[in-house]
Amino acid sequence: MNFDMGAYSAYIWPAYGISALALIGATLWTVASWRRAKAKLAALEKKS
Amino acid sequence: MQFLFRYANPHQFMRLSGAVLPYTVLATILCLSAALYLGFTAPPDYQQGRTVLILFIHVPAASLAMGIYGAIAVCSLLSLVWRHPLADIAARTAAPLGALFTALGLITGALWGKPMWGTYWVWDARLTSFLLLLFIYLGYMALWNAIEDDTRAGRAAAILALVGAVNIPIIKFSVNWWNTLHQGESIVSGALAPVFLAPLLLMLLGYGLLFATLWMVRIRTVIMERRARTLMQAGEA
Repeated sequence: MNFDMGAYSAYIWPAYGISALALIGATLWTVASWRRAKAKLAALEKKS
Repeated sequence: MQFLFRYANPHQFMRLSGAVLPYTVLATILCLSAALYLGFTAPPDYQQGRTVLILFIHVPAASLAMGIYGAIAVCSLLSLVWRHPLADIAARTAAPLGALFTALGLITGALWGKPMWGTYWVWDARLTSFLLLLFIYLGYMALWNAIEDDTRAGRAAAILALVGAVNIPIIKFSVNWWNTLHQGESIVSGALAPVFLAPLLLMLLGYGLLFATLWMVRIRTVIMERRARTLMQAGEA
C-alpha cells in the first residue's frame, strides 16, 4: 500500500474523505431510521 | 410479470430481503476492502500519476447516480401502469441515495478536474447534463414531500421521473455527441490497463452492493412505518 500522493494529496485525500464520510453517514442514518421504525412497530404490536 | 408481482408484495419483500441482507452486507464489505487495497497498491498512471485513485471512486459514484435513476424510472413505470404497491416505495426510497451518489460524482469529478484540466468546473455537455441530474433528483424528492396524499404524490413523482429519464442517455452519450473536456468511456473500450480495471470494477460492485443494501433497508423501514400507521389508526377507531 502506498499512501504517498505527492503533489496531488490536496485533491486525492479530500475526494476519498468526502466519499467515505457521505457513504458512512448515509449508512448510519439508514440504520438509525430502521431501528426507530422497528421499535415503534414492536411497541404498537405489543399494545394491540 | 406474474413472477414479479408474486415476489414483490410487501410481505414477501420483508421475508426475502431479510434473508438476503446479511449476505449483501458481507459482500459489500469484502468488495470495498479489496477495491481499496488494490487501488492503493496500483502504480501511478503514466499520464495522470496517482490521481488515477480518484477514478476508482468517481466512476462508481457517477455510474450509480445514473443507474439508480434508471431504477427509479422503471419503478415509476410499474407504479403508473400496474399500480404496483411496492413500486412507489422503492422509487421514493432510492431517490435520496441517487442524489447522494450524484453529488459525490460531481465533487470527486471537480477534485480530479483541477489537477488534470486546471479547473474544478467547465460548462460543457457532460458536466452540465450531470449537474442537471442532481437538480432532477432534488425536484423529484421535493415533489414527493410537497403532496400530502401518498397515492397522488406517487403518481406526480412517477411522471416527473419518466420525463427526466430523457437526461440519462444525454449524459451517457454526451462525450461522443459533443466536443468536451471530459474523457471518453474506458471500461468497455478496453482503454484501461488491468491494474486499474480490477480495483475499478471491484469498487463499482461494492458501491452497487452498498446501494442495494441501503435501498432494501430503507424499503423495509417504510413498510414498517406504514404498518405502524395502520395499527395507530386502527387503535384510534
